[in-house]
Amino acid sequence: MGSESELSELQPTWQFLNPIPQGPLPTIPEPAAAPEVELIIDGRETSVPTGSTLLQATKSLGIETPTLCYLENLTPVNACRVCVVELEGSRTLVPACSRKVEAGMQVQTDSPRVRLSRRMVLEFLASSVDVSTAPELQQYMGQYAAEPERYGPSGPPALGNERDAAVPGHHVAPDGATAGTVEQPVKIDNELYIRDYSKCILCYKCVEACGEDAQNTFAIAVAGRGFDARIATEYTVPLPDSACVYCGNCIGVCPTGALMFRSEYEMREAGTWDESAQSETDTICSYCGVGCNLQLHIQDNEIVKVMSPIESGVTQGHLCIKGRFGWQFMQQPKKK
Amino acid sequence: MDLHLTKDTPSAAERLAVDSVLGESGLGRSDGVTSAALVGHEAAAGHAARANRHLLLPVLHAIQERMGWISHGALNYACQRLTIPPTEAYGVATFYALFSVQPKPPIVAHVCDDIACMANGAEQLCSEMTQRLGKAGTKSGAGSVTWHRSPCLGMCERAPAAMITAAGKRPSTTVVAPANGAAIERILEDEKHEEPPLVESQTMGSVPQAGSAELRLLRRMSRIDPDSIASYRAAGGYQALTRALELGPEQIVREVAASKLMGRGGAAFPAGIKWRSVASAAARPHYMVCNADESEPGTFKDRVVLEEDPFAVVEAMTIAGIATGCEKGFIYLRGEYPLALARMTNALAQARAAGLLGGSILGNTMSFDIEIRRGAGAYICGEETALFNSIEGFRGEPRNKPPFPTEVGLFGKPTLVNNVETLINVLDIVLEGSEAYAAIGTEQSTGTKLFCLSGHVARPGVYEVPFGTSLLALIELAGGVAGSGNMQAVLLGGAAGTFLTPQELDTPLTFESTRAIGATLGSGVVMVFDDTVNMQRVLLRVAAFFRDESCGQCVPCRVGTVRQEELLNRLFAEKTIGSTEDELHLLNDIGQAMRDASICGLGQTASSAIESAARVGLFNGRKH
Amino acid sequence: MWLGVDVGADIALANAMGREIIAAGLANEEFIDNATSDFAAYRSAVEPYTLTYAEEITGVPAAVIRETAHTYARADRAQICWTLGITEHHNAVDNVLAIINLALLTGHVGRYGSGLNPLRGQNNVQGSGDMGALPDRLPGFQHVENAPLREKFERAWHKRIPAKKGWNLSEMFDAMELGVLTALYVIGENPAQSEADQHRAINLLQGLEILVVQDVLMNATAAMADVVLPAAASWCESDGTVTNSERRVQRVRRALDAPPGVKDDITILCDLATRMGGDLGPPVAESIWDELRSLSPFHTGMSYERIEQLGGIQWPCYDESHPGELYLHGRLWARPVIGPRAPFHAVAYKPPAEWLDDRFPIRLTTGRRLDSFNTGVQTAGYTSPLRRRETIDLSPEDGRKLGVAEGETVRVSSRRGSVEAPVRIDSTLRPGLAFMTPHFPNEVATNELTIDATDPKSGTAEFKAAAIRIDKVEVGVAQD
Repeated sequence: MGSESELSELQPTWQFLNPIPQGPLPTIPEPAAAPEVELIIDGRETSVPTGSTLLQATKSLGIETPTLCYLENLTPVNACRVCVVELEGSRTLVPACSRKVEAGMQVQTDSPRVRLSRRMVLEFLASSVDVSTAPELQQYMGQYAAEPERYGPSGPPALGNERDAAVPGHHVAPDGATAGTVEQPVKIDNELYIRDYSKCILCYKCVEACGEDAQNTFAIAVAGRGFDARIATEYTVPLPDSACVYCGNCIGVCPTGALMFRSEYEMREAGTWDESAQSETDTICSYCGVGCNLQLHIQDNEIVKVMSPIESGVTQGHLCIKGRFGWQFMQQPKKK
Repeated sequence: MDLHLTKDTPSAAERLAVDSVLGESGLGRSDGVTSAALVGHEAAAGHAARANRHLLLPVLHAIQERMGWISHGALNYACQRLTIPPTEAYGVATFYALFSVQPKPPIVAHVCDDIACMANGAEQLCSEMTQRLGKAGTKSGAGSVTWHRSPCLGMCERAPAAMITAAGKRPSTTVVAPANGAAIERILEDEKHEEPPLVESQTMGSVPQAGSAELRLLRRMSRIDPDSIASYRAAGGYQALTRALELGPEQIVREVAASKLMGRGGAAFPAGIKWRSVASAAARPHYMVCNADESEPGTFKDRVVLEEDPFAVVEAMTIAGIATGCEKGFIYLRGEYPLALARMTNALAQARAAGLLGGSILGNTMSFDIEIRRGAGAYICGEETALFNSIEGFRGEPRNKPPFPTEVGLFGKPTLVNNVETLINVLDIVLEGSEAYAAIGTEQSTGTKLFCLSGHVARPGVYEVPFGTSLLALIELAGGVAGSGNMQAVLLGGAAGTFLTPQELDTPLTFESTRAIGATLGSGVVMVFDDTVNMQRVLLRVAAFFRDESCGQCVPCRVGTVRQEELLNRLFAEKTIGSTEDELHLLNDIGQAMRDASICGLGQTASSAIESAARVGLFNGRKH
Repeated sequence: MWLGVDVGADIALANAMGREIIAAGLANEEFIDNATSDFAAYRSAVEPYTLTYAEEITGVPAAVIRETAHTYARADRAQICWTLGITEHHNAVDNVLAIINLALLTGHVGRYGSGLNPLRGQNNVQGSGDMGALPDRLPGFQHVENAPLREKFERAWHKRIPAKKGWNLSEMFDAMELGVLTALYVIGENPAQSEADQHRAINLLQGLEILVVQDVLMNATAAMADVVLPAAASWCESDGTVTNSERRVQRVRRALDAPPGVKDDITILCDLATRMGGDLGPPVAESIWDELRSLSPFHTGMSYERIEQLGGIQWPCYDESHPGELYLHGRLWARPVIGPRAPFHAVAYKPPAEWLDDRFPIRLTTGRRLDSFNTGVQTAGYTSPLRRRETIDLSPEDGRKLGVAEGETVRVSSRRGSVEAPVRIDSTLRPGLAFMTPHFPNEVATNELTIDATDPKSGTAEFKAAAIRIDKVEVGVAQD
């Protein structure tokens, strides 16, 4: 019952029987409109509101900028550096995703320096990480003519928990015949998720979604240092011993398929995962009163994955365990 | 956030170690009165508890020093006390080389095999250690001792160096340099028997010029008792602070700006601009940070200043704090500098007792106090924004700039960060005035500069010369080339610096002339290599250093440093993929991407020395 | 700030905050003068609630109550959100009124970012009420006893509508007990397991002449029914709308084909009407929605098309140019106020219906766990790594005092019933407070313990406060 109805039980007759009259239209107090900032991007003059990022400015001109660690609903960590652009007067390239516009900036988004850095970032990633389930990254690789093979064949995978146990300090010198990678065994320690860190590009999105930007659970964080840095629970305990609440928001933001629903992983392993046969329908979660928007991925009249649209005003793409996984009752042997 | 802890609990000793930093747990009551009926009705968490996150690093040090490693139970207890998610605290603990999250012998010998020590027999020392204690990383002495290789310990003037850490009820850190296997083992034995280690008195002076009338920054070296404020004052100490209080904040900032003092930490940014930005920043409070995390291989000048003239650093920080409106300063001290820690701790206590630190300084209304924060083995924490994260209890990952520290720095507030050497220059600027100060050196590089001479020079140590002195003159001041007597190369500026050839020795040492030849003064490293040194091994060590010390946050540095090291290894082993030209081209691409696209100075300079070595022909250096 | 209020002491806390706000001169006098009534009575009613007195009743330190009051009153914007911990009490409505008083006192209502927000526990509990699934309301909150409103519906439906309000859930059970209510049609509920004092509920359901259950899955109530109507899942096998906690009407869409023979709720109801000789029109979600729009002014502007375009619309939405309303009660800030003034209600603290005594010394409160939902009909269908068996959660202090260990099965008894459950020690509980959930009624029938003392105004039972006793189970007995 709404507070109105609860209240109405006690009101004198007038209010008891009559609807509350229409009041003024509610308004959101708007901050003073940000003044526009003028800048030049790829020789084109443009103006965007103060506080915009270069990424927003390039987007407003229809310029595509590759991003991997950036997502609208997360704080930019600008760690992947694939979005770098050339800013006149700056010694180094700058990350478009987080650099704020300033009046008079002159920016180039497709200079040889920009192209080289983007290509190198993509090569660094593709030569050290399994990008087979990262379609966006693969597309950028084509666009920037990335050749990860020029670092040599992939080195041997880490065994067991070797990568989790790596400590900062001196490492064993490589011979250079092969390119070091982050390949390691898949972590399967619960019914709902798998973590395949061979596919992790360390974009921090899962850490942000688990922590301050969405779930406030802090089950995972970055541990270790340098090339040995990795996403980990404390003391690498299995997820069921960690703070994880299985909201799946880390999976929702993972750009490479390193984090995956176990059901999808198993279907892929069994060769039954078929995205071309899948349809997507938006609906509302059947549990609590938040009203989260669900995007149901359906294959053969079965739900195979639940996501939430990032543009949803209610969820901003985030769900909880019930919305993400609580649909399985639909797929039990059904009603009589 | 609900704090989720596993069932691992702390031992009594671990609990005490944490409580030694945080005090005893107050049963969740915040207002001091504890009544059994009210327990559990109010949480001690929330903003107040989370505001103590900056105590995480001291707490981790306390556990490590007491136990020799940080167990899951100990970390849980620390997290509970500080309201930090254990996974984040684990991320912090695993970031630092001096912390271990796996059981480890309490006594550890850290043997430096970095470039300066390499030129002075580090490899022989390491093989000696292997003979005595087994392979690096293995346990000996009934499991109580181990040793491993360490990056530069900042003892390059007395190379080769080693540091012994012993955890326990009476934790200790002992540096031994020059080191040999027998000396190290003697200390390990003492530690095993919980005896205070006897270290042979290190008579070799770190400041060969000590006593010379020309010295300015180093004028008090060997002339005062570094443990006595009276001795410092007798030598003219604290006159600058008195003068500064007369001048007032605005005038101090004006003098510093007019002196054209440039930052000595490597980036050479005008100090006056920084000071003015912080002083005029609207947000409050302001913080002052002295960057004493000197970790650039080959650099030890700040250590010598901190050890021999600690009050000068305290006085200079106090002036900086007053000038820029800070009431709180931090000195972030390298974890590997035990003597500097002791001297600075004592200096702060004496200054406080003398009314020169804390509330109402010298009877004035101004107040300023300083806390020491120890690093824990991470070169990256010398980067100013990584240093902030480290103090705040986060991983020492650099932040993107802008915003710059003068606007958004420590705890998100306007922050003045200066290096030790930069700060002590302020004493003379305040006392003599900017004009007199700027008369020294050159038009664009004013004042004097400290240089760290190591490697094959006759008298390694810290030297002070006016800007504009030639590299050759400096090396001659240090007694010229030692070793074989034939110079092969000089590394100027540190691992992030540049190699110069014997033909470039007449370069005047100024910011502008080094820039003109594509070099940098960096942190003042001048490391000389004679012609017996295998430069390929030096370069491999430089590449390995950056691979080890990259924080791992951004892709260009995290992977680029790995690819750079792999490439050098196969190039030097003559097992190239494709032609040598292909490899050199690839090396350039890697360097360019790291320089252009890395977040911070580490990645941006990780290829600098290597590329300069290629330019001056050191890749084809003689084989040994 | 976190306040560990003793169960059932919310009014004492709210009244003490109100007293403190008035005493500290932090009340919004202008708002009170312009938009509210009965302030004088409220002021004298809260006068006895000193901080010291409230500390005694709530267990929260006086200084913390004071700080909370000041922080709330001084905030630019402040909301009070609550859930069933406020409403599942024998004095639920008084609890809510005490909270409303605070918002009126400070003017934290009717403005952006401020207000009162009861967080709904189910995805369409708001929508059900909006649609008239209340004993006294027609769709759009139009009171059934208001003749012109009722007549509007009668004209549209060509049917007479009883002019008196009906029974709420508790009254329905009472009517069953009196033999006045003999037929029950349950849609999407599991009262056999969800009602407080489950023992009584099951007896009454069994005594009905006819019980019809319409549900997605077989549940315990369906198992007792004379007729079961299998229904399609409304959220993914049917089309329609739901309304969330912020009054946002959103579309649910059919993504899956229901199993053969299973119809959606609308079709079942329309078929049933046809068999009973009525005609509810075509069983199409959108045309039924459009009929609602023609009768409920709150929903008039919400075409399916606009709901889609705007990502849901918050009622009221009076016409197709109206954007919906982000918050309610803005009228209270109009000068003069539009419509009636908002009254303060003097309410007094009353302890939970059930006192603790030597026989039943521990306070049991119930609630949900993150991964489960109510009686677990749906959530039992997925494997959750978070899920444990049902437990009786005790504070470490009580565990020690009772000499029981984690995992040990104990007998939990209240004045109504008794169950066995394993112990879980939870350091976030304070001494004297225990916790259980209703999620696993087939393993541990928690509602055998809860009390059905209900709020006379809302009909809600006091699920949140029962008195229990914990007894060790003799080993020999446990092995039976």
